[in-house]
Amino acid sequence: MRIGVVTFPDSNSDVDALNALAVAGVEPVSLWHESPDLQGVAGIILPGGFAYGDYLRAGVIARFSPVMRGVSDFAAKGGYVLGICNGFQVLAESRLVPGALLRNRSLRFACKLVAIKPERLDSPFTHKATGAPLRIPIAHGEGCYYAADATLDELERDGQVLFRYVRPDGEPALEPDDPANPNGSLRAIAGVCNAAGNVAGLMPHPERMSESILGSDDGMQLIGSFVESARAWETGR
Amino acid sequence: MSEFHYAVNVLPKPGILDPQGRAVEQSLPHLNVTTVSRVRVGRRVELTVTADAESEARRVVDGLAQELLSNPLIEAYTVELLEATSSVVSTADSAAKVTRS
Repeated sequence: MRIGVVTFPDSNSDVDALNALAVAGVEPVSLWHESPDLQGVAGIILPGGFAYGDYLRAGVIARFSPVMRGVSDFAAKGGYVLGICNGFQVLAESRLVPGALLRNRSLRFACKLVAIKPERLDSPFTHKATGAPLRIPIAHGEGCYYAADATLDELERDGQVLFRYVRPDGEPALEPDDPANPNGSLRAIAGVCNAAGNVAGLMPHPERMSESILGSDDGMQLIGSFVESARAWETGR
Repeated sequence: MSEFHYAVNVLPKPGILDPQGRAVEQSLPHLNVTTVSRVRVGRRVELTVTADAESEARRVVDGLAQELLSNPLIEAYTVELLEATSSVVSTADSAAKVTRS
């Protein structure tokens, strides 16, 4: 099975994502931003980085790139799309997942290990997770998740909140100034999915914790879930 | 055809966290400024639209402001017309310019 990773100008975690997919036992395929041709992949990762220099707003210029036409069509057909960090920002700007990523409350670029916890274990992106907090790195300047209060209520009600930042005791770091909430995200939200459940974005980098040589393979719980979902989707077509 | 020169001013919507505005505000005591509050930091984009009429140019700017220059979820924008200039250039003039360059 082939899974694609899009490379935009200034993507920098695309190679890490391709590696994580190889570790997961699938054939990684590099997709170039200038072509809407997805080369028959069964799933797509939008990787971390600073697509198009993050000019204007993180992710917005990438939204209008040729490859994103293909990605939107793919998502509309039910294909699985995972946006990591800058990829999450691209998905949010493309309105493929709800909400927006604001400048970190601290105004600082945050680069460190954080703890996140899957909110549910029955989603296509978390079904292989143990449910314990995952130690996964973040590296971003604009990761403060925002949506209007009413939208946040809907997301929680409909199970679209996939990950929250958690404190050392495993409880969500709900206060925006909690040190375990690295960017001030509302309701400690680290990742969400669309209403259909096939497009998800998160700020932390699971691909950078995808094998023990990197310090931990916590991230493989998420990459593995995504890969399995893509496999089931391709088989069912 | 005329050229319409615009500025699009984009600001965080009221109530949306604006850490840059807050950082500027927090620097004010260091300048011994005590009379300034409610600082908001946004972005200004200037652009020129070629169109037959201002109403047509304005539609283009509004569309861009909504789709690209602002994120309506978190930002509001205003459009200012800065200058309008008529640019009737004859074909001969254009050709001459191209030849010279």
